[in-house]
Amino acid sequence: MLFTVILYVAAAACLAVSFVKDRRKTRQALVKAWKAFERILPSILGILLLIGLLLAMLSPETISAVVGSESGVLGMAAASLAGSITLIPGFVAFPLAAALLSSGAGVMQIAVFISTLMMVGVATVPLEIQVMGRKATVARNALAFVFSYAVAFVIGAVMG
Amino acid sequence: MKGWKLLKRYAFLLAMVVASAAVWIAAPDVGQKAAAAAWDNTLQLLSVVPPIFVLIGLLDVWVERRTMVRFMGGGSGIKGALIAFILGSATAGPLYIAFPVAAMLMKKGARLFNAFVFIGAWSTTKFPLLLFEASELGWRFMLTRFAVNIAGIVLIALVTEKLLSESDVAQIYARAEKTDA
Repeated sequence: MLFTVILYVAAAACLAVSFVKDRRKTRQALVKAWKAFERILPSILGILLLIGLLLAMLSPETISAVVGSESGVLGMAAASLAGSITLIPGFVAFPLAAALLSSGAGVMQIAVFISTLMMVGVATVPLEIQVMGRKATVARNALAFVFSYAVAFVIGAVMG
Repeated sequence: MKGWKLLKRYAFLLAMVVASAAVWIAAPDVGQKAAAAAWDNTLQLLSVVPPIFVLIGLLDVWVERRTMVRFMGGGSGIKGALIAFILGSATAGPLYIAFPVAAMLMKKGARLFNAFVFIGAWSTTKFPLLLFEASELGWRFMLTRFAVNIAGIVLIALVTEKLLSESDVAQIYARAEKTDA
């Protein structure tokens, strides 16, 4: 993706400037970068395995069966739960959502699914707690979950 | 590092390895699918990890605390929140990479509210994804969600900050200090 390329160019440029200005500090920065990554590495590896398990069990086909047409409030509840526990990258989720919409899924179900998918991360809670603490992590995820319903209702009103 | 601390750090990973192995043995086809999905996500993650962590390291070494306090600290007001919003939106990578970055911002003196705005923006208003969202689901869907999200990000940040006691906040900053320890 273009932004990943921009990110690499930006990081490389900053690194080059830093290297020219002060080699010792640059070395120090790279050691810090590695340590910051190493600190969260065990959590990240665990999360990657968990995502794999969740995606294998909650396939797009399973999700589409649940939020299909006429699924109503129950469909929204299921969609928000699926969105909260799965971690599908955006470039997979948006085409999936578009496909579901064209095959008759409700726009509110899709909206709540997209919103929880992006904002609520049950699978990544261990890592979030490691940085933000238990209380802030629970609060942020719970608020984002409730907020996703508000998003869905507004989108339902605007699109419907 | 003390033994129990090491164990705590690896407990979740160990549990996931055991769970994955159990699934693989019980249902090899599901296990294979899980492994493929995990591998896909690993590759995707590895593609964004190097630049982001290099930037974290450079930020730590070069940006002075008072600079960060001026731009995103307690007195930075709307300007600070706006910077946090743009920083969070102009990135790539999954949400869980945002947490170590937020920790570094706080270590350098960013206000907690701005750290939450940063995380909120990273989670749901990433600019490159917005364009993609518009092309898949239409401009109306994307713009409505974007507008509601701006209010939501601020609201969630405000309420979360209000819910935390002084000692909760102190603990978060103490943890942020140890980002590279």
